[in-house]
Amino acid sequence: MTQLTIDEVKRHAGLARIAMTDAEAGMFAEQLEDMIGFSNKLQEVDTEQIAPMTHPLPLYNVLRKDIATDALDREKMLKSVKDHEDGQIKVPTIL
Amino acid sequence: MTLFKKTATELQSLLHNREVSVKELTAESLNRIAQMDGQVQAFLSTNEDQALAKAEELDKLPMDGRGSLFGLPIGLKDNIVTKGIVTTAASKMLEEFVPVYDATVVDKINEAGMVTIGKLNMDEFAMGSTTERSAFKTTHNPWNLDYVPGGSSGGSAAAVAAGEVPFALGSDTGGSVRQPAAFCGVVGMKPTYGRVSRSGLVAFASSLDQIGPITRNVEDNALLLSAIAGLDPKDSSTSPQAVPDFRAALTGDIKGLKIGVPAEYLGEGVSAEAKNAVMEALKVLESLGAEWEEVSLPHSKYASPVYYVISSSEASSNLARFDGIRYGYRAEGVQNLEELYARSRSEAFGDEVKKRILFGMYSLGAAHHEDLYVKSQKVRTLIAQDFANLFEKYDVIIGPSSATTAYKIGEKLEDPLTLYANDILTVPINLAGVPAISVPCGFSNGLPLGLQIIGKHYDEATLYKVAHAYEQATDFHTQTPVIWEGK
Repeated sequence: MTQLTIDEVKRHAGLARIAMTDAEAGMFAEQLEDMIGFSNKLQEVDTEQIAPMTHPLPLYNVLRKDIATDALDREKMLKSVKDHEDGQIKVPTIL
Repeated sequence: MTLFKKTATELQSLLHNREVSVKELTAESLNRIAQMDGQVQAFLSTNEDQALAKAEELDKLPMDGRGSLFGLPIGLKDNIVTKGIVTTAASKMLEEFVPVYDATVVDKINEAGMVTIGKLNMDEFAMGSTTERSAFKTTHNPWNLDYVPGGSSGGSAAAVAAGEVPFALGSDTGGSVRQPAAFCGVVGMKPTYGRVSRSGLVAFASSLDQIGPITRNVEDNALLLSAIAGLDPKDSSTSPQAVPDFRAALTGDIKGLKIGVPAEYLGEGVSAEAKNAVMEALKVLESLGAEWEEVSLPHSKYASPVYYVISSSEASSNLARFDGIRYGYRAEGVQNLEELYARSRSEAFGDEVKKRILFGMYSLGAAHHEDLYVKSQKVRTLIAQDFANLFEKYDVIIGPSSATTAYKIGEKLEDPLTLYANDILTVPINLAGVPAISVPCGFSNGLPLGLQIIGKHYDEATLYKVAHAYEQATDFHTQTPVIWEGK
């Protein structure tokens, strides 16, 4: 289908927010080529009249009464946060 | 000791007769782990103090009202969140993650009075089929320590096979309960999609993931599925269908059962020993009054690419939540928010996980959305229709759980496409959302083989009935690895 370039792999890694060196991108380019090649077999199937399946079972919306229940405890949740102050999560400068 | 060769029902009667206490059962499990897990490496963490304390409390409860799983030890795959107990999904990303709530299945095993012994190794985020992709350790197959236990629920299957725990939960996105169960000679069930709540299961591919029980025999498996199944307000994809008492299905009567055996499941790439074991199993089932015919699942050969496109696409979306901010690994010394995301994810995800995220991004991107993602969804429709067509005429479909016995550790690490191709026997089941069970059906060179029995949506009862009838007519499930006796 395509020859993946290092730049293309790095563009996808950028979209996925994964930092990547050129050497890593080169390795993934080869692996992704293999997976794309493996997937190209699908093009031989005639799916002209076939609807895509998005989910294994027919699902329909169910409504419930809007009753408040216990929420998760903020103090406990903050224990998994690396950096926080006064109940707020700290992050590096955004602007 | 040989306590864990007994069934849950036998252990329950020991508890009732006060021949053993819950605390002793818990200690037995912890002792076996201390004795054997240095070699097997199934557990990522054990829960010793809490487990013993809980066991003491359980021992104080009256005999009346105790259920069939009361007081029995269980291990959990480490992608099932446990309140206050580190849950890593075998990733550096979650190495220090302490969940603030229990998964619904954990609530249910607690209600049943089971004792959680610890958390079990797996491929990182369940992406793999050998458990070599764990960020922390490689689990060894108890039948031969030079071999993998399968995966991704390799820790769960190995722990049960080694008699460290009589019960474990795994998760199955494309075979991750059934294939390790087959490789380790134990029983593993992938229930119907929607049968068991996924609330609290670290998401890999949300249209495919299901939690399933791994045990040494079919009856125990049926008991555990009855305990964990059912509608859950926290998972909108769970089914309102009533959960039967699956043990009631174990009548041994399979007279007149109609079995379809897909030619594709005994074709190219499937080893002679796996084929022979299935043919022998069919003879056993025939002797019990079942009838079988060769059938076809014509789109099977496309199942692996469909699975990798869909599961990677869903994973790329699901794993976007790991941003280094609210929980999980956070890179240090970064200058800005973008760099925090990119470096945290780069430093904490393993290469297999990165590859699948990238492949998912690629498949979902505008340039290839139609020819990869949507195309896969359409072929998925055809794969599901193949099953629906067969189930109009047959009660179950039977084939091997895996094309071969377990691989040598390291053997397939550089050969991902062979591993992906081997998924052809298991991934179609997840794509169609139907249930399937793997039961031990033989050995080759001392390594176990598994028989896969596939059923209609919500018809796990028939799978248990067939699996149980077969199990009772054979002795594979009574055999234990050499390591079991502590040698």
